[in-house]
Amino acid sequence: MSILSVHLSRLTRHHFPFSSLLFPSSRPYYHACAPSRRNLRFSVIKRFPFRCICSFPATNSIADRNRNVEVGEEKYDVIVVGGGHAGCEAALASARLGAKTLLLTLNIDRIAWQPCNPAVGGLAKSQLVHEVDALGGEIGKVADRCYLQKRVLNVSRGPAVRALRAQTDKREYAMQMKNVVESTPNLSIREAMVTDILLGKNDNVEGVCTFFGMNFYAPAVILTTGTFMSGKIWVGRTSMPAGRAGESASHGLTENLQRLGFESDRLKTGTPARVDCRTVDFSVLEPQLGDEEVSWFSFDPDFHIEKEQMCCYLTRTTKSTHQLIKDNLHETPTYGGWVEAKGPRYCPSIEDKIVRFQDKESHQIFLEPEGRTVPELYVQGFSTGLPERLQLPLLRTLPGLENCSMLRPAYAVEYDYLPAHQCSRSLMTKKIDGLFFSGQINGTTGYEEAAAQGIISGINAARHSDGKPLIVLERESSYIGTLIDDLVTKDLREPYRMLTSRSEHRLLLRSDNADSRLTPLGREIGLIDDRRWKIYQDKQARISDEKKRLKTVRISGGDLAADVSHFSGQPVKESSTLESLLKKPHIEYKLLDKHGFGNEMLSRTEKECVEIDIKYEGFIIRQRNQLQQMVHQQHRRLPEDLDYYAMTTLSLEAREKLSKVRPQTIGQASRVGGVSPADITALMIILETKRRKAQEVRRHQIRASVMVDTVENLSDTLTEAVGTHKCG
Amino acid sequence: MIISENSHTATMALLPSFRTIITRFYRPTKPPPQLIFSSLLFPKKLSSLFPLPPKPQPLKPLASTRQETSFVSNRDERLVGLGSVNDGGSIETQSSTSTIAAIVTSLGGPPAAVGIVRLSGPNAVDIAGRVFSPAKKKKGFDSGSGSWKPKSHIVEYGVVLDSQGNVVDEVLAVPMLAPKSYTREDVVELQCHGSEVCLRRVLKACLEAGARLAEPGEFTLRAFLNGRLDLSQAENVGKLISAKSVAAADAALAGMQGGFSTLVRSLRGQCIELLTEIEARLDFEDEMPPLDVNIIMDSIHAMSQDVEHALETANYDKLLQSGLQIAIVGRPNVGKSSLLNAWSKSERAIVTEIAGTTRDVVEASVSVAGVAVTLLDTAGIRETDDIVEKIGVERSEAVAMGADVIIMTVSAIDGWTLEDTKLVERIRSNMGSASIPMILVINKIDCASSACSDWVNREAKLFSKHVFTCAITGQGIHDLEKSILEIVGLDKIPAGGRRWTVNQRQCEQLMRAKEALVRLKSTIEEELPLDFWTIDLKEAALALGQISGDDISEEILSNIFGKFCIGK
Repeated sequence: MSILSVHLSRLTRHHFPFSSLLFPSSRPYYHACAPSRRNLRFSVIKRFPFRCICSFPATNSIADRNRNVEVGEEKYDVIVVGGGHAGCEAALASARLGAKTLLLTLNIDRIAWQPCNPAVGGLAKSQLVHEVDALGGEIGKVADRCYLQKRVLNVSRGPAVRALRAQTDKREYAMQMKNVVESTPNLSIREAMVTDILLGKNDNVEGVCTFFGMNFYAPAVILTTGTFMSGKIWVGRTSMPAGRAGESASHGLTENLQRLGFESDRLKTGTPARVDCRTVDFSVLEPQLGDEEVSWFSFDPDFHIEKEQMCCYLTRTTKSTHQLIKDNLHETPTYGGWVEAKGPRYCPSIEDKIVRFQDKESHQIFLEPEGRTVPELYVQGFSTGLPERLQLPLLRTLPGLENCSMLRPAYAVEYDYLPAHQCSRSLMTKKIDGLFFSGQINGTTGYEEAAAQGIISGINAARHSDGKPLIVLERESSYIGTLIDDLVTKDLREPYRMLTSRSEHRLLLRSDNADSRLTPLGREIGLIDDRRWKIYQDKQARISDEKKRLKTVRISGGDLAADVSHFSGQPVKESSTLESLLKKPHIEYKLLDKHGFGNEMLSRTEKECVEIDIKYEGFIIRQRNQLQQMVHQQHRRLPEDLDYYAMTTLSLEAREKLSKVRPQTIGQASRVGGVSPADITALMIILETKRRKAQEVRRHQIRASVMVDTVENLSDTLTEAVGTHKCG
Repeated sequence: MIISENSHTATMALLPSFRTIITRFYRPTKPPPQLIFSSLLFPKKLSSLFPLPPKPQPLKPLASTRQETSFVSNRDERLVGLGSVNDGGSIETQSSTSTIAAIVTSLGGPPAAVGIVRLSGPNAVDIAGRVFSPAKKKKGFDSGSGSWKPKSHIVEYGVVLDSQGNVVDEVLAVPMLAPKSYTREDVVELQCHGSEVCLRRVLKACLEAGARLAEPGEFTLRAFLNGRLDLSQAENVGKLISAKSVAAADAALAGMQGGFSTLVRSLRGQCIELLTEIEARLDFEDEMPPLDVNIIMDSIHAMSQDVEHALETANYDKLLQSGLQIAIVGRPNVGKSSLLNAWSKSERAIVTEIAGTTRDVVEASVSVAGVAVTLLDTAGIRETDDIVEKIGVERSEAVAMGADVIIMTVSAIDGWTLEDTKLVERIRSNMGSASIPMILVINKIDCASSACSDWVNREAKLFSKHVFTCAITGQGIHDLEKSILEIVGLDKIPAGGRRWTVNQRQCEQLMRAKEALVRLKSTIEEELPLDFWTIDLKEAALALGQISGDDISEEILSNIFGKFCIGK
């Protein structure tokens, strides 16, 4: 199998240059104005010498470009609507791939804003950040640059669930990302409220239309509208239309999407109050410090610049907190019954926590700084729908906050989303060619989830506008793949947050191997430059050399052996390899270092990689084998035109659900809620029967056409023969 | 790696003349979207202008397809040598890669002379080579490496060995290499002796050597998928299989009596409960109280025991169907026939004072704790010149070899004699490595002097159990039955028994669950991180879910949310 796929991928690579060579006039503009694309091309040219022969279309396209300017229309390859965490990644990926990209945002000053938690990463989310970085995305780098505090969570619970979390400086984060976006070639920014999608004749997107009547044209459009589509914020019973506090919502787009046949629904999320840190008594609170040894999201060492860390604090709800909430439940939207949209179960408001878990006497509340230069503290775990007049008294029931002053009240936001079963796994919508959805519009929550979708839709929008095959990350390839697969197959009715337990084979999807899983892909796509590629290759070489070394170096007795048998409680055989020592319980690479058997050439993370690969080899191989068995069945493709309603061997519910979701593979079909294993078996039988029938028909046709050919060829030969005869 | 599904661009790349076609005939004023453009490449008009190669294009009609897509599978460059996981493009053509095995002759009726275990799949020959040892070793054959290279459709004679290298059965191996077989895959049929015990042992050896137990109807399914059956037959197979899979998936339990399904569901419930506890701690680090390892170990232990019991029941179930064969052996005139008569409360065997009365094997049936037991009284084993008696002795030895339990009878009056020692040695050497449990019965205890205890203590060590009986009064028969139940492992079955049936497939999944729990225990004992606990726990839950036809992942999640207060 692996040989075959390598072969296929080679084929594919060879095809790309040809395909663009064959469609010169369809892509007239970027040749003239895409310096970064030229650089990118250069590396392609090295690999495929025959690429050079395509010089003539460039002149053609300049002419085309000039004509377009005369018409006065704004033409791009990709338009990204929204400048949040999905929009930024999407726009950057697209522009870096050489597509002329336009980022439309309601407010340029709020690009990459963190409206809620001033943090990046955390359990399962950090894997997403590492993966986006491994593909050549930006979120990890910016988080590494703007962190206030960093901690590795789940340190002792296994390498697959270990996670990095960074408190970030909200303003610095937005500024840094904005700088990157502004300084990226091929990328233009414009303030605009998009209200409609322009369609072509073949259910394809041609551009967008804005509130003030501008049309922007592109064959690929990515919508990353976040909480802004018909957004409405609530404090207590009072609401106003807004995407978030102080920013106007976007109106009209939902209705127009509905008109195009898209199904939409409402979701709700919330953000807690901010308090002034100068009014908090930290002396009674438990401080939470950052790690002494800082870890990094980005695999690019250029962004590993240590900063002074800030402290977070821990407080708890008290009896009076609980009492105050119980007395005022009727004042909250959920229990008062005036907001119906569903909020996330794993991000519950404080009143939800207290109502649902009555026996828990106290809940942890974290106080997190929002920046180095602002007094604001984020009160994590304390979001509420209570009216503003009750919010300060509620905050003051928390130890340390008895005299606090509130800078911003907590509020909830309700917004439109488009259930993502309307997208395929490339994030392109099934209905409209060239239209992509990313981020909260797909029903997710979290900056990391948004960024992960953003980079994929950005890559695919650029590829779509360039006529290249779209990229789909299979579920088992990454958390990104798992995220998207879940979004498009499961009928989600609450905001989706990434969790490690969502991945069936998470031991293979760790933070430490995100680069060895995805950077080669990033390179192939064109988001990993030569410098970064070399860093990657050198790192892999060092790791693999070190593993070889540990296999060959043997020790007999000595301090190391004594220490190993002491810590592991297991005897150490004569002439043991270092590898076998590392496999023993409680033995870490650090111990080799301590006794001078470590390798100074390796960084801390590289040593960790080596340790994980060796220590857990048995488990990793086992999961890999399980995966291999599963993948075979799961990846069988389903034709797009299946009529599930006609399949009487399927259960009624399966027929309904499958018709709605229209999964692309058997594996996806099996994950659709309400589809039983028996349904899957029945489905496979039907498919196979169909395939055989089609094959039979084709065989007949071929036979028939061969007959015709033979006759035609015969006559051709005859004509030719006659011609030759004449000339002679 | 990027795998392109579509050879679309390749086709066009091969036709450079198209570029001129396009530039000459198609000058769009405004760049149209890619799709429209490429769809213009193959309309009928164009093809009539420029004769296309007459072969059908490997193109799907663009009206129904959208854009081609590249799929990226799990690949980790650091794991070189472990093989990469990806689907490639060839899945459509290879629907099955695993090698399956099953007993394909009917079971349950009276034993047939011959029964067949069939292997089918790419590794059928390899796996057969691992368990099958031909009588005539061909040059270059090495049973250890499994490099059996049979000629298709040439029968070979030999033995089947289990994983320890013990002979399980004599068989004829019939290799039928692809595509000349029922499934169009490599097929090896092992023709064994017809008894259920033989067949199951041979099947077990095959499963241990890497085969997977075939699902109901799977050979036929494969025959169909590989094009062995034609379309009209296929429709019928489709119905057949879907009917069967419905049964297998959701009604596998419902169809059975309650006890087993309750047990499996409760076990699975416990696995999921534990997973919930652990996963919640992995995904919501700060908000959970720490786990109590002792409680977890206790519950894992309890679960293993339940699985163990279910497996024992499977064993009991088998015994219920096939019964036990017990051979009574011993020197002449120690009271073997009297024992049989007393036990079966009949006069089945002729009893006289004359040594060597019993010449042939005498059968009698008794029921022990609901299990049908066939008692086989044999000719007293001794050196003899009498031709009839000699044949009888040979038969006795053969019967002893085929029994589930051997009762070695001695007379308390004579004590332990040299002949007894010889006899036991002879039986043991005949047995070889197969160990049939032996019980020492000291008969005629009523006539014995009290001084026999020292030799009994000495010799009893060589036996699984020893029992004192008096065949005349029936004394000790009850003890004998108890000993037998203990030896075959039926003593833990509560009176009345658990009346459920566990089939081979369920048994396999129970084994899988049991092994997963064993691994889980060692993971916890070795103090591996919490995440690693989930791997085997999931495996166990999956195995149990296979029996009950449920899936797990979503369930754990909803449990987490339902049960714990988590989230920020």
